[in-house]
Amino acid sequence: MTTTTRIERHHYDVVVIGAGGAGLRAAIEARLAGKKTAIISKSLFGKAHTVMAEGGAAAAMGNVNSRDNWQVHFRDTMRGGKFLNNFRMAELHAKESPQRIWELETYGALFDRTKDGKISQRNFGGHEYPRLAHVGDRTGLELIRTLQQKIVSLQQEDQREFGSYDARIRVFSETTITELLLDGDRVAGAFGYYRESGEFILFEAPAVVLATGGVGRSYKVTSNSWEYTGDGHALALRAGATLINMEFLQFHPTGMVWPPSVKGILVTESVRGDGGVLKNSDGKRFMFDYVPDVFRKQYAETEEEADRWYTDPDNNRRPPELLPRDEVARAINSEVKAGRGSPAGGVFLDIASRRSADEIRRRLPSMYHQFKELADVDITAEPMEVGPTCHYVMGGVEVDPDSGAAFGHVRGLFAAGEVSGGMHGSNRLGGNSLSDLLVFAKRAGGHAASYADGLAARPKVAVHEVEAAVETALAPLQRDTGENPYTLQQDLQAVMGDLVGIIRREGELADALVRLAELRERVAKVSAAGGRRYNPGWHLALDLRNMLVVSECTAKAALERQESRGGHTREDYPAMEPKWRQVNLVCALDGDTVQLTRKPLPKMRPELIGLFDRAELAKYLTDEELADFDALVADAGEADNR
Amino acid sequence: MSAKRQFRIWRGDETGGDLQDYMVEVNEGEVVLDVIHRLQATDAPDLACRWNCKAGKCGSCSMEINGKPRLGCMTRMSTFGDDETVTVTPLRTFPVIRDLVTDVSFNYEKARETPAFAPPADVAPGDYRMQQVDVERSQEFRKCIECFLCQTVCHVIRDHEENKQAFSGPRYFIRAAELDMHPLDARTDRKEYAQAEQGLGFCNITKCCTEVCPEHIKITDNGIIPMKERVVDRRYDPLVWLGSKIFRRGETPQTSVTTARQGSATPGSARGGVHSHAGGSHDSRAEAQAQSGVNWHREVPHPTAPAVDDRGKLPLTELTFDRAAAPSPFGDDVTFPLPPEHLNFAHPEQDNKH
Ligand SMILES: Cc1cc2nc3c(=O)[nH]c(=O)nc-3n(C[C@H](O)[C@H](O)[C@H](O)COP(=O)(O)OP(=O)(O)OC[C@H]3O[C@@H](n4cnc5c(N)ncnc54)[C@H](O)[C@@H]3O)c2cc1C
Ligand code: SF4
Ligand code: SF4
Ligand code: FES
Repeated sequence: MTTTTRIERHHYDVVVIGAGGAGLRAAIEARLAGKKTAIISKSLFGKAHTVMAEGGAAAAMGNVNSRDNWQVHFRDTMRGGKFLNNFRMAELHAKESPQRIWELETYGALFDRTKDGKISQRNFGGHEYPRLAHVGDRTGLELIRTLQQKIVSLQQEDQREFGSYDARIRVFSETTITELLLDGDRVAGAFGYYRESGEFILFEAPAVVLATGGVGRSYKVTSNSWEYTGDGHALALRAGATLINMEFLQFHPTGMVWPPSVKGILVTESVRGDGGVLKNSDGKRFMFDYVPDVFRKQYAETEEEADRWYTDPDNNRRPPELLPRDEVARAINSEVKAGRGSPAGGVFLDIASRRSADEIRRRLPSMYHQFKELADVDITAEPMEVGPTCHYVMGGVEVDPDSGAAFGHVRGLFAAGEVSGGMHGSNRLGGNSLSDLLVFAKRAGGHAASYADGLAARPKVAVHEVEAAVETALAPLQRDTGENPYTLQQDLQAVMGDLVGIIRREGELADALVRLAELRERVAKVSAAGGRRYNPGWHLALDLRNMLVVSECTAKAALERQESRGGHTREDYPAMEPKWRQVNLVCALDGDTVQLTRKPLPKMRPELIGLFDRAELAKYLTDEELADFDALVADAGEADNR
Repeated sequence: MSAKRQFRIWRGDETGGDLQDYMVEVNEGEVVLDVIHRLQATDAPDLACRWNCKAGKCGSCSMEINGKPRLGCMTRMSTFGDDETVTVTPLRTFPVIRDLVTDVSFNYEKARETPAFAPPADVAPGDYRMQQVDVERSQEFRKCIECFLCQTVCHVIRDHEENKQAFSGPRYFIRAAELDMHPLDARTDRKEYAQAEQGLGFCNITKCCTEVCPEHIKITDNGIIPMKERVVDRRYDPLVWLGSKIFRRGETPQTSVTTARQGSATPGSARGGVHSHAGGSHDSRAEAQAQSGVNWHREVPHPTAPAVDDRGKLPLTELTFDRAAAPSPFGDDVTFPLPPEHLNFAHPEQDNKH
């Protein structure tokens, strides 16, 4: 009992877990709605994963090519996600992202400009027109710094009005949430610890927005940082929410594989957008051999045509290097498997022989600078060695598209950003994440605020739940018989990397589930040396159980889905299967075990499906769905004649 | 390709600590942060160290390596000699929390005090028009990854806790400069604010901050100096200044640097549009002096004595200094005689006043 009375307590209307782009945008919205808001982050303010995004934020502003509009963006997003996207999310995203980007300018963002002074937009894999608002190759940094500074500006307003910066919005940095607390089926608060001191902290709040990012730390080669342990996914599951699409992970095709100091670091798509080409060890530009039928019409067939595209995109088709990421990743994988890879097991990405050193430095400044300093690799002089790297999880908390409220049997829980699922379907287009998190975080923050308003009484935090949370958190420190958390993490990464990686097989997936079950036993007994103050070993020990449950979801869903689509490739089921397009795999927690259920996808509205060619739809839809589509077109035709 | 290397890492917390020796495996192509991670996974699982991106993008892994403030993830092991001991210590300017982790909240406080971007009143979202050449100057400063290396290296606060209140540091000078150069920022008093509230006057342009910046931002040349020059332009005429100096010889000069310590100004007092000769300080005496051309505002703290350890010796930093002799107390890039507008003033009794 004494333990719980000594715990620091705070009362807020809305608690936002995560201080990346999504967390900050949600918090701004909740604060603008007049709610007392807390932002919680595992790292320092302004350091979340969003800083690493390089390429840009996709929004159909039409600044560079005026033919771009939300319908085209919507189409590209659905195509990229292989039609498994939640269509409503893709629609909202395409419609609202320009406003969200423009809004950033009023917060002080300085994007690169076009000649007529508008926001410049660049090409990116999978986008039909130049669409990515960017700042050199540090767009994520600009985004997070802008939002961070907007929060500071709101705090300054509160300082003038109430005499305290923290009056209505407060940032708890280096604080980790380990548990959500419920009152019946309603969120009542969140429990966690300060990393610095190891002291516990309890937030009582009726509404919680999850914005915790992704899960990539469960993989050996990843572009993700230590923060990406799937905390939000696991918190949601334990609170009674559901996850969808967990089998879909994006492996970035071009992560550096050599030298070791830069292993896992991404070479942005813009290198390819600006003229970089992929070659195998024979020096062959192999991507021409891997254009799938669905994309045949949009991509060049000869090197000459592809090269003309960089200067004359309207009259030429694009180079196959700009295919969506999964296609590129798969092509690289096949080349390596066929024995045509680079010494370190990747392929070569060559921009050095195609653009002048000056031009490369100007167009890709931070890329150039980073590799020069980190590894003494000069990208203007030699080709890079690249290969697939775990990068982004499409799957996440199943949410209501309009409000971001989590499904399942929990109320008061919202999710936005990488931790939410559905928007990207089976594969995310580059640049769609930064705009996704702005669009849906604003919605989630706003709806969390009105949910808190609508409550007659505040849910109460139960003392015994807090006690249980304290006990769980302290357990690894009190055991000295268990294994070192770092060893366990390595073993988990090995299982996921080797058996649930980019190319999957039934036998391996089944094997992975057995091994994950073994790991579960070991993780339950993990012990951490040292004390409570800033002890990374302890922190990892607590994160492990989250990584584990999320990995189980991925492995189970990957085993269930017997087809290949987007970020999920089954060697034993290499084709895309229209029947599977109608199915979402939903994970929920029953006690300790992950339960998988199938759920039909919502049906796209007529005016949206009408944006596509029948020929294109034929590649994705079942015969019955196509018949429906034909009937729809016929109806519309009749209506026109009447 | 892998070899055992000697590392000395500071372990401890605010109650004290010391350098501990580790022999650790190092592979070709690794950076210091890789080695620290290996230590965590083997000998020292509770070794505290911040990091996020391992790619020089987030500015979390700031530490002092062989006495020099650097990013752990951007310091290649190949830059050290094969049998050189690598010494890793926490940032010196900020209080230690544990091991390599320091309390950098000072920086966030200063960030919070700096007035935010003021959007132009009559431009709707989506209608912002700016030319690339005009945004580029501010964009240079927006590259900042907030690693705080410039903050930790700046001598004004490095060993002078007492200056922290009045001095925001180079990171926030370039924040002010960035907003000053922003084509659409509605406030016009960014320079005055930097002078009056951020303690820009303390800076004597040693350029140490520029030297350590991992983003290669020209903090002094492109940020601090233009800010100082323009503040000076408005308030300072060297002839009048010399004249009044002679006229006043024998009198006790009245210094009037406006710092938070004197409580004469709060961040809110530098409102948009105020054109103040004394840097928006609203200190009437400072205003009067500024108008008569006496530039007593350029007060700086006393020259700092060398930082010696308890044996009276210079610490490691100086031993591994890359120049033959001790550094010039005036900064290495200063030539004499100094132009009068670069003179700084330290009154012998200024400290007794407070
Ligand atoms: C190298 C790289 C390049 C990328 N490039 C692009 C690009 O060009 N365009 C694009 O659109 N997308 C890109 N992405 C993807 C995009 O950056 C991310 O998907 C997006 O930033 C995720 O933002 P977020 O707000 O959801 O989460 P994050 O920014 O990751 O923030 C997560 C936050 O949650 C906090 N948190 C997590 N767990 C807890 C917990 N238990 N308790 C408290 N706090 C917690 C973390 O501390 C952090 O503050 C890139 C990603 C990477 C890794
Ligand atoms: S130039 Fe100025 S701000 Fe930079 S380190 Fe020197 S005194 Fe500090
Ligand atoms: S200006 Fe440079 S050194 Fe200073 S905090 Fe920013 S990036 Fe770091
Ligand atoms: S870990 Fe991000 S800068 Fe070093």
